[in-house]
Amino acid sequence: MTITTVKSFGAVERPQARPTTLLQQSWVLVRRNFSHIRRQPEMLMDVTIQPVMFVLLFAYVFGGSIQTNTGNYREWLLPGIMGQTMAFASFIVALGLTADLEKGIIDRFRSLPISPNAVLVGRSIAALFHSSIGILVMAMTGLLIGWRIHSSIGEAVLGFLVLVLFGFSMIWLGILVGSSMRSVEAVNGVMFTTMFPITFLANTFAPTDRMVPWLRTIAEWNPISALVQAMRLLWGNDIPVAGSAWPLRHAVPVTIGWSVLLVAIFAPLAIRAYRRRTTD
Amino acid sequence: MAEVVPELSVHGVGVRSYGDRMPQPPAIEAINLVKHFGDKVAVDDVSFVVPQGTVLGLLGPNGAGKTTVVRMMTTLSRPTSGTARVAGHDVITEPDQVRRSMGSTGQAATVDELLTGRQNLRMIGQLYGLTTRDVKRIADELLERFSLTDAAGKIVKEYSGGMRRRLDLAASLVAVPPVLFLDEPTTGLDPRSRLELWEVLRELVKDGTTLLLTTQYLEEADRLADEIVVIDRGAVIAAGTPLQLKDSSGQAALVITVSRAEDLASAADLLRAHVNEVFVDSSARRLTAPATGLSDITRIAGVFDASTIEIDDLGLQRPSLDDVFLALTGHRAEDRIADDAASTDDAGVTT
Repeated sequence: MTITTVKSFGAVERPQARPTTLLQQSWVLVRRNFSHIRRQPEMLMDVTIQPVMFVLLFAYVFGGSIQTNTGNYREWLLPGIMGQTMAFASFIVALGLTADLEKGIIDRFRSLPISPNAVLVGRSIAALFHSSIGILVMAMTGLLIGWRIHSSIGEAVLGFLVLVLFGFSMIWLGILVGSSMRSVEAVNGVMFTTMFPITFLANTFAPTDRMVPWLRTIAEWNPISALVQAMRLLWGNDIPVAGSAWPLRHAVPVTIGWSVLLVAIFAPLAIRAYRRRTTD
Repeated sequence: MAEVVPELSVHGVGVRSYGDRMPQPPAIEAINLVKHFGDKVAVDDVSFVVPQGTVLGLLGPNGAGKTTVVRMMTTLSRPTSGTARVAGHDVITEPDQVRRSMGSTGQAATVDELLTGRQNLRMIGQLYGLTTRDVKRIADELLERFSLTDAAGKIVKEYSGGMRRRLDLAASLVAVPPVLFLDEPTTGLDPRSRLELWEVLRELVKDGTTLLLTTQYLEEADRLADEIVVIDRGAVIAAGTPLQLKDSSGQAALVITVSRAEDLASAADLLRAHVNEVFVDSSARRLTAPATGLSDITRIAGVFDASTIEIDDLGLQRPSLDDVFLALTGHRAEDRIADDAASTDDAGVTT
């Protein structure tokens, strides 16, 4: 490979650059993420093979010994796995952001006449798409093993909307972690040791009522539990129980409340961490 | 620490006669740039001016503050005090206009490894807001120009170091910017790729681009730059054309190589009659003496011509920029690489 015959750029006219909106800039970066996935489809394993494996493991290995109100564990399980998959959107954002920050590419973006937020918005939209693929795969797997939605279309859609709203709060958590960590390995370490237990310490895979009281309280107030219960109730995968904990009895508004609260906490911290990381 | 040579003062850099043309505003101006990182003073009051269509070499050892200067000028880092203007725009108050007027390439590769070369260039064109037609045309032209057409569809991960560097440079040219900043563009390249890149840079400058490049290679500054600003420990210690810098430090030397080793002693005696000091290098059959200019050559050439001593070569050797650097800083340019490799500036050199 040589460039001994250098072609002159000659009198190249400067191309006309039109001003672009934040959304246009972000979309270019979303498409960049799609290209990454096309190039490395194994990047989707975290929202395909991994949750399917979980579904199968819990449905067939542990399911037999877990008692639920409805007696239909597979239906009960599906919203749990979907909630977990969406919580891991934070993981996806954090990994992608740290990978960019670690490399020089972030300097390239920052030296272009684009909004500094385009990188964040692009990452977030891409992560929502990424997680949505997971939700789709979960739904298909669920339908195959007997999961059904028993409610009206409106309630069914509301269930998915609540899920995406919660995902939005998780994205801010991801931006915070991604901006604070110095390497992809660090993100992996931190997220595995926190998000995994947090998504298990809930009603995701097993009812909370047989946990020791203090643990049960934590699990019931875990935002993941409210989210999962909201989906179960909206889709008719569980029946409301009079004596259950307050956040679970009002699961839909509580989930919306949690999501707003988490955004209110994580968004300013995340923006501050990102700014700090990208200014010197 | 050497003082700034008065007649080569910073403000003298780049003052050129434009004849009867309107004086153009400088393409790049650094105005008392200062940058502190905590207690550490990375850049200490750096000023210089780069006229349009010229090349400024920012020369200094690793850790001197070159990268920090460039990062402030390309809006990536905010000056603690002072400012800079690129194409007439202030980096602090008009960062967006600065970004529209310049292209830059840092030391770490700033391209996306998982995209192809073509995708990388197109993405940047789209982010600049170029029309779809321009995006495609310019990406292809640049790929062609940097001999990357064959590799255009391959992902960057599979590129060699030289190819990556070229793509990186191409990426900084997508918007055909009038001003270009390159931070150690040839670090990590093999000598052949380095020569090729120099050729590309000369072409760009010929087409009217103003170039600021940092380098720790004296030869590179010597070969490419119209003006050189030498910085060490964050401060400008000298500035001028390569020739001025060489003239300012140390004397030129007269170097004579005799044909036969047995003539060496008599040649040294002969030379001693005309100059104050003669150094003898017997293994190279070479005599070296301080010289003041070309007149010395003709005088000494006449002396040897009249003698029976045969000589292979007689010439005037100017001090290299390396000598200049040593004279100015008291250390060689590449001495501090090992100590400072981990410092903020110039860290993350990739190959």
